Amino acid sequence: MSLRSSDIDRIAHLARLQMPPAQAERMRTQLNDFFDIVEQMKAVDTTGVEPLAHPTAVIDHVALRLRPDVASEPNQREANQQSAPAVEHGLFLVPRVIE
Amino acid sequence: MSRSDLHEMGVAELAAAIADKSTSAVEAAQHLLARARAHASLGAYLAFNEEATLAQARAADARIAAGERGPLLGVPLAHKDIFVTRDFPTTAGSKMLEGYRSPFDATVVAKLAEAGTVTLGKLNCDEFAMGGSNENSAYGVARNPWDTARVPGGSSGGSAVAVAARLAPAVTGTDTGGSIRQPASFCNVTGIKPTYGRCSRYGMVAFASSLDQAGPMARSAADCAALLSVMAGPDIDRDSTSLDHPAEDYTRLLGQPREGARAERPLQGLRIGLPREFFGAGVAADVQGPVRAALAELEKLGATLVDISLPRTELAIPVYYIIAPAEASSNLSRYDGVKFGHRAAQYDDLIDMYKKSRSEGFGPEVQRRIMIGTYVLSHGYYDAYYLKAQQIRRLIAQDFQQAFTQCDLIAGPAAPTVAWKIGDKSDDPVANYLADIFTLPASLAGLPGMSVPAGFGDSGLPVGLQLIGNYFQEAALLQTAHAFQQATDWHTKSPEGF
Repeated sequence: MSLRSSDIDRIAHLARLQMPPAQAERMRTQLNDFFDIVEQMKAVDTTGVEPLAHPTAVIDHVALRLRPDVASEPNQREANQQSAPAVEHGLFLVPRVIE
Repeated sequence: MSRSDLHEMGVAELAAAIADKSTSAVEAAQHLLARARAHASLGAYLAFNEEATLAQARAADARIAAGERGPLLGVPLAHKDIFVTRDFPTTAGSKMLEGYRSPFDATVVAKLAEAGTVTLGKLNCDEFAMGGSNENSAYGVARNPWDTARVPGGSSGGSAVAVAARLAPAVTGTDTGGSIRQPASFCNVTGIKPTYGRCSRYGMVAFASSLDQAGPMARSAADCAALLSVMAGPDIDRDSTSLDHPAEDYTRLLGQPREGARAERPLQGLRIGLPREFFGAGVAADVQGPVRAALAELEKLGATLVDISLPRTELAIPVYYIIAPAEASSNLSRYDGVKFGHRAAQYDDLIDMYKKSRSEGFGPEVQRRIMIGTYVLSHGYYDAYYLKAQQIRRLIAQDFQQAFTQCDLIAGPAAPTVAWKIGDKSDDPVANYLADIFTLPASLAGLPGMSVPAGFGDSGLPVGLQLIGNYFQEAALLQTAHAFQQATDWHTKSPEGF
C-alpha cells in the first residue's frame, strides 16, 4: 500500500488541515515511511481476538462508567469564554454559515 | 538569613527544613525562581507567575506557623504545561493554545496544592505531549543539562531538565508512550508512570485518552513515592477512566525488606524478568553496560533474574502509532478556532477558518499524527488498521500477564540509546517512533513503569533502568527502586555546573 497525493488531499480535508502542495508531498513521503513499519501487523493472527479499546477493561475488568446526565457544575460562562477568539453577548461568533 | 543550598535539597529534605523553620516556603520558592530564571537558556520553563507562587508559599508558611505538618507542605514544584492551571497560562507546548487561561486547575494540580506544594511555573514539553525529544515544542527546545547540545527526551522534557538542573526538587509529568520514563532516563532523574487510571486525567490536555497517565519525576524513588501518594486516587465524577481504587501510601514499603527477607538482602525472593527482546542488538552497548551492572546490583540485594519473552515488543511501535494518533485526531478536533485556541486572521468561510486556524496552530508532528489518525479511522481502513491494532494491543497485554507468571517485576533499558543531539532525528519521524520501543509495550497494557538512574554511557550521558510492574504494583516498584538507590549513588549525581 502506498498513499497517493490524492489520498493526502482527502485525509487533510477530513482532518480540516490546509496543506500546500510541497508540504502535502512531504507528508505523503513521511506517512508512507510510517506505513512501511505498519505492514508487520498483517502477519499477526488475530482471529477471534477481542479488540482492546481501553486498558481499564483488563485492569479492573470493568466497563467504562457513565454518570447521570445531570448538571454538576455551576454556570461559568464568562470564565469559560475568556479564551475564546470571538464572543458577543455570551455567544461564540463564527463566520456566516447559512446565507 | 538566606540559604544558598536550597536547590541541592530533595523533596523530603526541603519539607523537613521548611517544617523546622531553618528555611521557609517563601525563601525556597524565591531561591528556585531566581535559579530557574538564571538558567532560562535551558528552556525548561515556559511560564512564571511570581505573585501567585509567593502567595501559595505564604499560605504554606501560614499553615506551618499554625502547627500543620505534611510531607509536601511548603515544597516548591513545577507542572508540565499539559496540566491546566488557573494561575498560569497553559499552552501544551502548542501555538494553538498561546495565551490560553484555564478557568480551573487539573485534579492533579489541585491535589498537590491542597497538600501545600508551591507552584514555581509551567514546564516545556513536546506539543500536546507528542514527541520524545522536546523538539516539537512551539516554544523552543529544552536542553539536556548533561550536554546542552543534546535533547532531554520527551515529551516531559522540561520536567526532566528542571529536576536534573536543580531548578525544582520535583515536577509532574505525563506518560502516554514513555513521556515520563524516557526523559527521566536521558536526564538522570527518577520517574514513575502509575497504572493507567490511578491519577485523574481531569485537566490534563488530552492526547490519547486510553494511554495518557500522570506521574511524578524527582531525584529519588522516595520523593516520587511522596508525590504519587498525593497525586493518585479516584476522581470518579470527573474522569470516566479513573480507577475506583482507594488512595495508597506509596511510601509504605520504602526501606522495608521484602516479606521474609533480611535487611542486608532486602530483595530476597524478588524475581525480576528480563525480556530477551529488550536486550537485543538494537540496544547501544553503552546502555547495555550500565543496565547489566544495575541488574547485577539488584541480584546482590537478593533478587533473582529470570529470562522471559515479550514476543510482540516490536509490534508495539505500529500498534501504538496507530492507536495514539487515532485518539489524538479525535481529541484534537476540539481545536476549531471557535471556543478557545488560535483563530486565523483571514478566512473565506467556516471550513476555511477551521483549516487555516488548525494549520497555523498545530506544528508538523501534531499534523502528522492527526493525518495518521484520521486515515486509520476513515471508512475502508478502520478494520485493517485501527481494529487490528486494538486486537494486537490485547495480545501485548496478555503477553505481560504470561510473563508475570514467571516473575514479579520486569526490567530492561528505558530507551535503546542515550540522549541524541538536538536536530539529529528531527527530520525523520519514523526514527523517533522506533526509539520508543521499550516504553510503548507497558503503556499499551496500562501497566505501571518507572525509570531509575543506572549509570552513564560512553559520553557521560545518563542511562535509566526501566522497571515494569503488574497492575497496582507501584509500591513494590518504588520499594525496589528505593532499595537500589540505598545501595547506589547514581541518582545523586548532578551535571557539572548545576
